[in-house]
Amino acid sequence: MGTEKKPLVQVRQLKKYFPIYRGAVIQRHVGDIKAVDGVTFDIFQGETLGLVGETGSGKTTVGRTILYLYEPTDGSIIFDGVDLVTLKENELRKVRARMQMIFQDPYASLNPRMTVGSIVSAPMEVHGLLKGKERSRRVDELLEMVGLNPEFVNRYPHEFSGGQRQRIGIARALALNPDLVVCDEPISSLDVSIQAQVVNLLEELQNMLGLTYLFIAHDLSMVRHISDRMAVMYLGKIVELADRDEIYLRPLHPYTQALMSAVPVPDPELAESRRRIILEGDIPSPANPPPGCNFNTRCPFVKDICIQAEPEFIEIQPNHWAACHFAGDFIHT
Amino acid sequence: MEPLLKIKDLVTRFYTEDGVVHAVNGISYQMDASETLGVVGESGCGKSVHALSIMRLITSPPGKIEGGEILFDGRDLLKLTSNEMRHIRGAEIAMVFQDPMTSLNPVFTVGFQISEALMLHRAMNKKEAREQAGELLTLVGIPAARQRLDDYPHQFSGGMRQRAMIAMALSCDPKLLIADEPTTALDVTIQAQIVNLVKRLQEDLGMAVMWITHDLGVVAELARNINVMYAGYIVERGNVKQIYKYPSHPYTNGLLGSLPRLNEAPGTKLVSIPGLPPDLVALPRGCPFAARCTYVVDQCIEEMPPLQKIGAQEHYVACWRWEDVRRRAA
Repeated sequence: MGTEKKPLVQVRQLKKYFPIYRGAVIQRHVGDIKAVDGVTFDIFQGETLGLVGETGSGKTTVGRTILYLYEPTDGSIIFDGVDLVTLKENELRKVRARMQMIFQDPYASLNPRMTVGSIVSAPMEVHGLLKGKERSRRVDELLEMVGLNPEFVNRYPHEFSGGQRQRIGIARALALNPDLVVCDEPISSLDVSIQAQVVNLLEELQNMLGLTYLFIAHDLSMVRHISDRMAVMYLGKIVELADRDEIYLRPLHPYTQALMSAVPVPDPELAESRRRIILEGDIPSPANPPPGCNFNTRCPFVKDICIQAEPEFIEIQPNHWAACHFAGDFIHT
Repeated sequence: MEPLLKIKDLVTRFYTEDGVVHAVNGISYQMDASETLGVVGESGCGKSVHALSIMRLITSPPGKIEGGEILFDGRDLLKLTSNEMRHIRGAEIAMVFQDPMTSLNPVFTVGFQISEALMLHRAMNKKEAREQAGELLTLVGIPAARQRLDDYPHQFSGGMRQRAMIAMALSCDPKLLIADEPTTALDVTIQAQIVNLVKRLQEDLGMAVMWITHDLGVVAELARNINVMYAGYIVERGNVKQIYKYPSHPYTNGLLGSLPRLNEAPGTKLVSIPGLPPDLVALPRGCPFAARCTYVVDQCIEEMPPLQKIGAQEHYVACWRWEDVRRRAA
């Protein structure tokens, strides 16, 4: 990392609500699922920002909204200086070529009727890049880059294992030379020994091509491994954001503290001595989040103010952001 | 003391259109009455099939338990009639499955599903069973348990459903609880709740627990002993602390190396295991891990190494070159 960091993506007060309708004939708008409820963060050029959170925390929605696969309800997404919200359809299409996505399920995200060659060249087809021989040369190059034999171009996805399919998905994401790649749980459906292969590949490609990653996952230890900085989401909001070691060693938000301590460590002796915070209950419904701090229903340190007022997401220490009324108190504990 | 469970040379195969799937290939081990055993391996290593074999829940055809003995409390489960087996299942050996949504029946209330087992195995009447079901739900930590007996599974969250499944499994005071990836579908904070719950219940009730998972972290948290499985074989077995400290099979070593550590230095590269697990229809002649192993020698390709005891501790390894593996890992 250089001293001068340039943000590639700036997300400001981003909101994405999914409306809930009632009624069979006349549909009434009765509420919203607040999947993403006002998040602000930057992704710097060349870094990996890890986004972690539990099911329903809105992390996938953030990833998809940044790619403008969902239209944001409010807020702005500034990609390389341009606010995506202001762009027209055809302008947006051009910007989209620079941001790609790797999906969670390598079985569902590849069309079973297309050959590997046509899957990987599809983005070039859509954006009208390279023709004929040049295009197939590029496909070969991409397959080689992700560690697949270029002779496999005429095979179909079912002939590959999960890890190999994920490599095909990565080759497709790289076809247009993107700047930003959103990796949405790219390894959670793979076996442990295969996960390490894919993570190593993603790291190599980043070094080689200077990619910027938004790495979304629920596996904290793997996210920490691959990320430069980490953001923790809870119920549609980012509760904490800091450098990966900082957030692990000095988590300032009670939710991050609990999350970190809940990760099972593959070390029986450490596991015995470790202090664990076991949270009570479940994550509340994003259709009806609790008032004040949305973590107040499960927080072990809850006070009156947490129910009355929502804490602001502020920089508590340099480059360490948190949204908790008492985050300052945790600095020295 | 006689072990609670003693498995000898268990072989389970599936006869499919594509050929014979060698799911479990002659595994032997034993478990004591209050032991916690972690069974670890990747998809297709036979960890679930071996558990289903213990419960005699292998669908036949295509599956068949082809040989071996499963001695539970002195009786060979493979020799019991299906009627006798039904009295063991649920009452003496209970199982909790991975997906709490598909293992609960959506059209019956949670309370009914728990009391059903009690009426069947413990001959309780409806009222007693309901009373007991309420107590069980309280035991597994469901708030206001009695009011939730009439809820349907969809009204429960994922963590609560898994708690309900555990309550059901505990209803008849089993001697052995088999948990097949019970937390894989759950979030980490909920997983921590369930792991804690099972640890507490085991201490209170003194049963044996077999926890099947692919997560080496969870095993480190709760198990005393571990079986590492690969392609239907136990490749390493023994005390958890011992094995995590001195992994002596290249596969165990590789698995531990492929996990990121929370205290690793920045820029550390993960050690990945190259290649893929073998096809269980066409297993190689020798060691099934040979094709992916960095320690491979000719003998590995020719001959499957036996699971042998190494050192003074309870530590078994199936590898010809375990001494080299252990030396380099330490």
